[in-house]
Amino acid sequence: MTKNRFFWPVLVLLGLVALNLAKNGFSFLTIHLTHGHLYGPLVSIAIYAAPLVLVSLGMTVVIATGGIDLSVGAVVAVAGALACLHVSVQHDENSVAGTLVAVAMALGAALVLGRWNGFLVSRVGIQPIVATLILMVAGRGVAQLITNGQTITLNSRTYSFIDGGFLLGVPFSVLIAAAVVGLTALLIRRTALGLLIESVGGNPVASRLVGINARRIKWMVYTFSGLCAGIAGLMISSQVTAADSNNAGMFIELDAILAVVIGGTSLMGGRFSLGGTVLGAVIIQTLTTTIYSIGVPTQSTMVFKAVVVIIVCLIQSPAFRAKVFRRRRTLGPPPPGQLAQPAPVQPAAVEVPQP
Amino acid sequence: MTELRQEEIEAVLERPEERRRTAMSALRGKRLPVLITASLFVAMIVAGSFRYQYDNFLSGQVLLNLLIDNGYLVVAAVGATFVILTGGIDLSIGSIIGFTTMLTAWLVSKEHWPALLVIVLALAVGAAAGALMGAVIHYFEIQPFIVTLAGLFLFRGLCLVINKESISVNDRILTDMAEVQIPLPGGTHLSIGAVSAIVVLLIAMYVLHLTRFGRQVYALGGGEQSSLLMGLPVARTKIGVYTISGFCSALAGLLFLFYTQAGDPLHGLGLELDAIAAVVIGGTLLSGGTGYVLGSLLGVLVLGLVRTIISFEGTLSPWWARIFVGVLLLVFILLQRLFGARVSKEPA
Repeated sequence: MTKNRFFWPVLVLLGLVALNLAKNGFSFLTIHLTHGHLYGPLVSIAIYAAPLVLVSLGMTVVIATGGIDLSVGAVVAVAGALACLHVSVQHDENSVAGTLVAVAMALGAALVLGRWNGFLVSRVGIQPIVATLILMVAGRGVAQLITNGQTITLNSRTYSFIDGGFLLGVPFSVLIAAAVVGLTALLIRRTALGLLIESVGGNPVASRLVGINARRIKWMVYTFSGLCAGIAGLMISSQVTAADSNNAGMFIELDAILAVVIGGTSLMGGRFSLGGTVLGAVIIQTLTTTIYSIGVPTQSTMVFKAVVVIIVCLIQSPAFRAKVFRRRRTLGPPPPGQLAQPAPVQPAAVEVPQP
Repeated sequence: MTELRQEEIEAVLERPEERRRTAMSALRGKRLPVLITASLFVAMIVAGSFRYQYDNFLSGQVLLNLLIDNGYLVVAAVGATFVILTGGIDLSIGSIIGFTTMLTAWLVSKEHWPALLVIVLALAVGAAAGALMGAVIHYFEIQPFIVTLAGLFLFRGLCLVINKESISVNDRILTDMAEVQIPLPGGTHLSIGAVSAIVVLLIAMYVLHLTRFGRQVYALGGGEQSSLLMGLPVARTKIGVYTISGFCSALAGLLFLFYTQAGDPLHGLGLELDAIAAVVIGGTLLSGGTGYVLGSLLGVLVLGLVRTIISFEGTLSPWWARIFVGVLLLVFILLQRLFGARVSKEPA
């Protein structure tokens, strides 16, 4: 069972839940239905985790192709800024049409920014870290330009529905996140898309020889990552019904990368796990909530988070486990898993025997 | 195969055609990105001097101020260069800078420790932090991105643990050091921060190009597997570069403290990205193996020049600086790809 890659993350999650139970008793696990809406600490965690789940989802497929997307924070800020700007200039801030147009504008911009990243990486051939770093820096400037450096506050019940509303009792943002995760899983695992993505990241040379169009795949994943960041940006700005272009989405790319890594996807690319990423995002959000609920002083929250992240990453590293929980060496050859070096395999030159 | 004797080899190199060929390869090869950066830097200065003719743009002091204001970033970028040359990355630079300012300000101003002792302690802590991260990266085989990311959170958190708000420096030694002006011909002057930056740069150039350790750094960046097979001390080199980066971050933190005269838990927020941007603009490839510290110096100066130009413009809002830096990064990368060094690896 310990070999299952979800074992350690689930264990950490259960540990965090146990901490909460120890501190606050069973009220942590209770969910009650009030005014037709679900409430409870677990529901709150789900609502807060929804944006991170989305961003991490996009990040997973990008990392699976061997890249990385550092610009998601900037895209979150731009999406929120555009949407709030549009709603704020409406006559009636509560109008559904105004909100829908704002949402469309924000998602459109997010798609464009994602396509731009995809263009730089796949067509121009720039390294993903650098390409997305450019947008990370410039994008935040654009968001600040849109809001003129101020925070745009809204007074719109319609807009706050995105994150604060409930549909059939379930929080709307959780529904959106679940729908996106479900659709993505369907697209990726039921079609060849998942295989193509894993192949492009796992072995670029072999993929090219097999005839996979890596350019199109990479273009697609960066656009998808941008779109996810846009949806997350709408959720985050709807949470506070305001657009803070200076701080919105700050550090979310780091949390997303952490979620992906905790979920078992390697940063080198190749095999990825959507379920693992969702689990990783939930762990990070639960960690944040646990820190507050067990009474760690606000000054020490970051150190606490850092320590837990370090522990999780150490435990997940096979080298760490081998060195610390040293098993007695057998005289036979070591199991094949331990020798596997993640070095790219070059196609071997095959000698064709002359007749 | 007959072995060429030393005299035969030297006879070949003495021939004028050979010397011309080696000179041409210097232009075409790895030096090209740095030369591109340097020429663009000069182009920006020339353009600026035409546009702001009456505002003393081309005065020596304005240019030297570039070095004075950004000395700490030069030191941080030099440390980052070492790490990036081996193919790694260090995201904890900004947090170690912030932590150093908080630690130093607290120990000196609140606990009244002697300033010189605290300076030595801060540098040692930075180096130790780097060494620890390097050891974890190497022995536990965890990605540098993740380990230094954890370091970022850890040190930023430790800043807050020391104090939630900023601590100003009230020690005579530290304050006097910050105000020292080293006079230069022509009525201009340099600060201790700028001089330290130049000294660190010269030492780094010496280490990278004239010592065995420097060779090992470049070799490690060229390929870890190959270095291992060649018998190079990979562990020592890897831990060494992260130790250097930690030390440089701590030194940059001290220089930043001289500059701002206060320790603040938000100091250095996002600075690692500025350092990495400077290294990239300077022509070092993020995959490792090629690059020059001189390029990183030019990268920092270019970034500083953008901010100077924006302040000379006067009418632009501060967030335009961000957009310009992004555009500039893009331009430099594109130029490097067009003219730059041949990369034998597959792009990431």
